[in-house]
Amino acid sequence: MTELFMLIAAKYNYCLYVILMMIGLYAMIAKNNLMKKLVGMNIFQTAIILFYVSIGFKHNATIPIIMGDHGHGGHGAAINAADYMNPLPHVLMLTAIVVSVATLGVAMALCVKVYQRYQTLEEDELRMRLSEK
Amino acid sequence: MKLLSLIVVCLTGGLLLYGTADLPDWGDPNAPASLHLSNYYIENAIRDTEVPNLVTAVLADYRSIDTMLETAVVFCAGLACFLLLRDFTPKKDHHYRHVPTGVILHVKNPDRQVIVGNEFEEMDKEWLPPDTIIKTVCRMLIPFIQIYALYVVAHGDFSPGGGFQGGVILGSSFILLAISYNLKYLLKRVSEKFLGILSAAGVLVYMGIGLAAMVLGGNFLDYEKYAPIFGEHHIRALGMLGVEIGVGMSVTAVMVIIYINIVSEGKHDEGL
Amino acid sequence: MYWSINLVILIFVIVCALGAIYVKDLLATAILFGAYSFMMCLLWAIMGAVDVAFTEASVGAGVSTVFFVAAVFRTSRRTKD
Repeated sequence: MTELFMLIAAKYNYCLYVILMMIGLYAMIAKNNLMKKLVGMNIFQTAIILFYVSIGFKHNATIPIIMGDHGHGGHGAAINAADYMNPLPHVLMLTAIVVSVATLGVAMALCVKVYQRYQTLEEDELRMRLSEK
Repeated sequence: MKLLSLIVVCLTGGLLLYGTADLPDWGDPNAPASLHLSNYYIENAIRDTEVPNLVTAVLADYRSIDTMLETAVVFCAGLACFLLLRDFTPKKDHHYRHVPTGVILHVKNPDRQVIVGNEFEEMDKEWLPPDTIIKTVCRMLIPFIQIYALYVVAHGDFSPGGGFQGGVILGSSFILLAISYNLKYLLKRVSEKFLGILSAAGVLVYMGIGLAAMVLGGNFLDYEKYAPIFGEHHIRALGMLGVEIGVGMSVTAVMVIIYINIVSEGKHDEGL
Repeated sequence: MYWSINLVILIFVIVCALGAIYVKDLLATAILFGAYSFMMCLLWAIMGAVDVAFTEASVGAGVSTVFFVAAVFRTSRRTKD
């Protein structure tokens, strides 16, 4: 039992990221309003990005911008890889954030179009109107 | 339905939590994600590209094809929003307001041609008095926001920033103009055709840099082949700057296009 | 030192996320969603991902909230659940 507790205390932030992902997933499946589903989708996306970026974290390392005199030929000192954070997850997640905002824009346009046609955004009312048409 | 989804979510969460037991400790420098390729990027980026910001170096040089396709995705999102919502039917009724007295005329018949004199102005459905504080503050603030956005794009090599961030800030300066004044005011200054051409030109600049490198005899997006034209020194940093400018142009135009189409339901007449 | 401030901001983030999907007024959802984006940006800045934090601050807490408010303006503001 104590080793389970030690495991949770060592990896507590992964557990919190999983909780955040599950909040987003619950909002996507269980809520009736289309806008709330969109919010759930975005919460899920940012939680996954948070998980990914936290993989590249190193203790006692600084931000991935190389310091020092980087003039013309000034990079004489050897660059130690353990001093800088891992830049690769940051790059991949930069693309993910921009794609998520593009998806949000198109999804909002779809919501406005659905509201223009059916005058409601609730999923059960939409299903009723679609079945009786 | 809610109970079922709660059970499903708890099961999935439990499985994921069980999977986190195998993950490496947080912040470990010897974690597998930080070992093989990223060490090469950290140690050799300055020697190859002379750009201190490692994220920009990897994004625009080592992994530039991903960024090109992402710019294409942003352009497609703007195109999809335009195609979904844009409504070209002309407005049926017009409202005019007599400026000296404040009397509002509502002309319902679309067939009759109304010639507006000097004292009348065309207005939206509701008329709000112009708010001096908001207009003045936003008018004074917007040029500085735009200069800051261009600074962020240009200094992506040395400090956090780059094409996307600067493009979004520039787009939101236009959105601020639309919110503080009027949507028609923005559309008079920045027409819809200009925005469409700008967003396509951004993707064209990116792909053009890549294809011109092929024409000059190298691989796609090989910045070294531009050395006879621009000089040997810092050539990869210059190639990265050109590519980031293309990305910034595209992202700016797409943000404004999406905002205009959502807030006016495609009719481009009145907004927030 | 990292673990305490990380824990506090993560608790804030979870509270903001729960609040954003619970309230019945869609404008309040939009504003809470903006607050969630701000807290995420802070979390990434603490972890050293400054480029990602910059992008999230400009995109999530700026443009995304404006899109949300514009869409709520054009559709209805109340929701049943």
